[in-house]
Amino acid sequence: MRYLPLTPADRAEMLAVIGAGSIDALFADVPAAARKAELFDLPLHAGEMEVERALSALAALNRPAGAGPFFCGAGAYKHHVPASVDHIIQRSEFLTSYTPYQPEIAQGTLQVLFEFQTQVAALTGLDVANASMYDGSTATAEAVMMAQRVTRRKKAVLSGGLHSHYASVTQTIAHAEGMDITRLAAAIDAEAAVVDAIDADTACVVVQTPNVFGTVTDVTAIAEAAHAAGALLIVVTTEAVSFGLLKSPGEMGADIAVAEGQSIGVGLNYGGPYVGLFATREKFVRQMPGRLCGETVDAEGRRGFVLTLSTREQHIRREKATSNICTNSGLCALAFTIHLSLLGERGLRELAALNHSRARELRAALAAVPGVEVLTPRFFNEFAVRLPGDAAQTVEALLADDIVAGVPFSRLDPQAGMGDVLLVAATETTTSADIAAFAAALKGRATR
Amino acid sequence: MRFTKDHEWVALDGDVATIGITAYAAEQLGDVVFVETPEAGKTVKAGDGLAVVESVKAASDVYAPISGQVLEGNAALADTPETVNAEPESAGWFAKVKLADKAEYDALMDRPAYEAFLGTL
Amino acid sequence: MSMSNVGRPTTPHAANSEGHASLTGGRGLLQDEPLIFELDGWNKTGVDLAAPEHDASDLGDLVRTAPIGIPGLSEPETLRHYVRLSQKNHAIDLALYPLGSCTMKHNPRLNEKMARLPGFGDLHPLAPISTAQGALALMDQLAHWLKTLTGMPAVALSPKAGAHGELCGLLTIKAAHEAKGQGHRRTVLVPTSAHGTNPATAAFVGYSVTEIAQTEDGRVDLADLEAKLSSEVAAIMVTNPNTCGLFERDIIEIARLTHAAGAYFYCDGANFNAIVGRVRPGDLGVDAMHINLHKTFSTPHGGGGPGAGPVVLSEALAPFAPAPWVVADGDGFRLVEATEGPAAQGFGRMVAFQGQMGMFVRALAYMLSHGSDGLRQVAEDAVLNANYIKARLATVMTPAFPDGPCMHEALFDDTWLEGTGVTTLDFAKAMIDEGFHPMTMYFPLVVHGAMLIEPTETEPKQELDRFCDALIALANAAKAGDADRFKGAPYLAPLRRLDETQAARKPKLTWQRGSNTVSPAPLAAE
Repeated sequence: MRYLPLTPADRAEMLAVIGAGSIDALFADVPAAARKAELFDLPLHAGEMEVERALSALAALNRPAGAGPFFCGAGAYKHHVPASVDHIIQRSEFLTSYTPYQPEIAQGTLQVLFEFQTQVAALTGLDVANASMYDGSTATAEAVMMAQRVTRRKKAVLSGGLHSHYASVTQTIAHAEGMDITRLAAAIDAEAAVVDAIDADTACVVVQTPNVFGTVTDVTAIAEAAHAAGALLIVVTTEAVSFGLLKSPGEMGADIAVAEGQSIGVGLNYGGPYVGLFATREKFVRQMPGRLCGETVDAEGRRGFVLTLSTREQHIRREKATSNICTNSGLCALAFTIHLSLLGERGLRELAALNHSRARELRAALAAVPGVEVLTPRFFNEFAVRLPGDAAQTVEALLADDIVAGVPFSRLDPQAGMGDVLLVAATETTTSADIAAFAAALKGRATR
Repeated sequence: MRFTKDHEWVALDGDVATIGITAYAAEQLGDVVFVETPEAGKTVKAGDGLAVVESVKAASDVYAPISGQVLEGNAALADTPETVNAEPESAGWFAKVKLADKAEYDALMDRPAYEAFLGTL
Repeated sequence: MSMSNVGRPTTPHAANSEGHASLTGGRGLLQDEPLIFELDGWNKTGVDLAAPEHDASDLGDLVRTAPIGIPGLSEPETLRHYVRLSQKNHAIDLALYPLGSCTMKHNPRLNEKMARLPGFGDLHPLAPISTAQGALALMDQLAHWLKTLTGMPAVALSPKAGAHGELCGLLTIKAAHEAKGQGHRRTVLVPTSAHGTNPATAAFVGYSVTEIAQTEDGRVDLADLEAKLSSEVAAIMVTNPNTCGLFERDIIEIARLTHAAGAYFYCDGANFNAIVGRVRPGDLGVDAMHINLHKTFSTPHGGGGPGAGPVVLSEALAPFAPAPWVVADGDGFRLVEATEGPAAQGFGRMVAFQGQMGMFVRALAYMLSHGSDGLRQVAEDAVLNANYIKARLATVMTPAFPDGPCMHEALFDDTWLEGTGVTTLDFAKAMIDEGFHPMTMYFPLVVHGAMLIEPTETEPKQELDRFCDALIALANAAKAGDADRFKGAPYLAPLRRLDETQAARKPKLTWQRGSNTVSPAPLAAE
């Protein structure tokens, strides 16, 4: 078997050195009742070619985003990742290395994390960032937990514009910790309802911008209201490219900023692996979850990097840790850092401007289709439209023209009564031909 | 000065008890990197958690040797935690507590008794 | 003959082996590399983008005018920067990586190729279900393999790492208790040898943690367990094989006692590599177990993730699993996503979307490649390799549990270092100079100066011997009084030992403009 280097001669020699009669002798501690002599009911081993055929056949049953006109967003975005990113992350020293617990032989990983942390702090307009979380949704839940630790209060208010999955995840985790979650109703301009929900028991308010309907909001007023009540503002961003055009969470008064970093460097991957971004103010750093990389010097005075402030973490604090997180999303953080290094501020601003421009073009084309109403007043690269019929059925119907029209809001939140609302996104990968085909297909349906 | 088996020391001045960790404890801990001191006004009973002292690889709870109300935590430790290693039984104090019951203080080990206790470890 | 005048010496003349420092601080292939912020890329970019047709005037004040403050680099500079950094990392592809409990096995490259097929890599998580049938079929197949290998009827695929899987398992258990009016159970029992994520997760979920003692031979103390089980206990969390590398012989009794007390048995599956294809946790009485796909099933560690931690569940716990999950539906598949209807009893959602699909593809490629016969061989070779190392090293080091075989990892304490002045930490740092990543140190906490060595099954005998030869030579050097070799190690790594105290006292977590740049390279001292 190609991944198993030991030969029968090796095994015999090794058993002799060990002084065991057989491999079964090494499994003597397994209770007799649990020993399985026969092979499990699964196929036997297969060569590369056979495995490749089997998996390629499965892959062929899926419709990749890049195969034709494509307009899905809602928390994951189709962007172009430069070829060098994937090339670098496949280098052995990055792909097959471990968490940098031995810093002398992990400066590659550690320096990348330091660069990543600096980039994330810069993007979010805050002081410090951690070395990544699993994704944006778990980062949001962790931010709420952190707000509870900082304020010692038990209530959290979730804006109705927060991605439905993110809200569910936060509710699940917060409920386990005995917190009291108020989840406001889904609405295009849901942020307007947040301030009234804050009271003296509120630990934090969680607001997403651009929100799940694409609406962009200046949350400065919400920050002020939260702070006046002694609560923290957590700002959530699901489209990281938006940091290249919109006011940062830090600038608007956020105490904690969390985001999904998938748009930069990491492909769609049917939902994972992704990379959670987490940033906060300096004064809260000891309450942050996740790994942190810090600068220091070695025994000869040379600059180096190490994991630090580890006493917050599970392997030291155990049941008093700030989080149970261990493995995070290192390789995705590397991909993010490389892509962002290629872009730089200049490239990120250009990319964001291009995304917004394509979305404006999409908006104009869809608004011109009879019966289609654009609902989102101000957006980055994603917005909501009301269709003349059921959004999910419309999406299914347009597949016949090889158009993936977007995400029906009912897929995220079946109870919201918004069966005719479709979430559509455009990025730098969206062409004018794609947009024209989409509008034409919708128009064709409307006039049927 | 009196001592506990958990290596805390208490120095009494009137009814103000200054509390810290002993030289032995500081040495065992290694380089102190951070101390979480209690807030003024907090009420503690003997045996309650009073502070947390962190080295790079460990976080150790410091217990209140006596009951009372916290008057202040040592704010200087935020900038110079290394004081705990340099002067554990003087400038490296953690908290000042208004003593509730002198009998609790009297019941603690004096220095000869503490040194003898260290000898058994 | 025709004369050639290009003769140059082609054998090196014997040279003084005393190292010469270079003039600029360079060291052969190894380069010093500044931070991207120190490369003056403030107005550069390495990406060519079309100009936008429409501006952002529609967004008015919402536009960011303040600078972001991140540099850009051309493609050649970017490649060079990250390739230079990569050279400073140790990796499985370079040598045996003996980290106990981490299962640093070879990461097959077929897995990488399969994960990058556009049908998987370029598939949106909310793509219409009819356009994602291949992905759902793959998840269903993976689920089948995991259930068959563990002998468990159900699996939750969404957790994104082992610790996330532990969270999933405990939340499922909590929901199950609440559904049966047993919500008053507020304690979780955890052995003293447990990995830190176990008590951290239990506390996160609102449980208080009580420790179970260990016997002299490194196993759970049954008497102590029995004494601590009560109607207050919600669950036990046991790793098997345990963190000392030993199979819990009394595991079936542990499960029986736990169930008799009305509690559930959570198994930490980090060490599944020792028993995969030979023993099924379902046969041992386990109710929930996470499986680290980045350990047993070879998905790459990537310098700290991403991982994946699906959780297999018993019949009793299955109804409480989190959304979403895959169901076969006529001649296709669909996702149960909403948290009502069939998912009404489930405890909710753990993560956006479906979980680590990229890791599912890699793990299934691995499983299909090995098959039931290959996977059984994996466990056997993993256990054989660990016992071989234990036998060879026991000549100079002290195994923590010398009697009987270990499973896939061998645990040593630091008794053998007594009197040498060398600590476990020093020994580990000296291993770096010999070309090896150190083993797991100071874990589990129950053994003094612990050294936990897990070779995995993908190590050839030559590499095992090279490793043992190096450690034996080091052990002998320590005993012979060569303390300097250890106290100052590593000498040959890209950096010497780092000041972790300074890093913790004065945390510097981001690059700041005007901060110290790279220390100037020392000019050669003759």
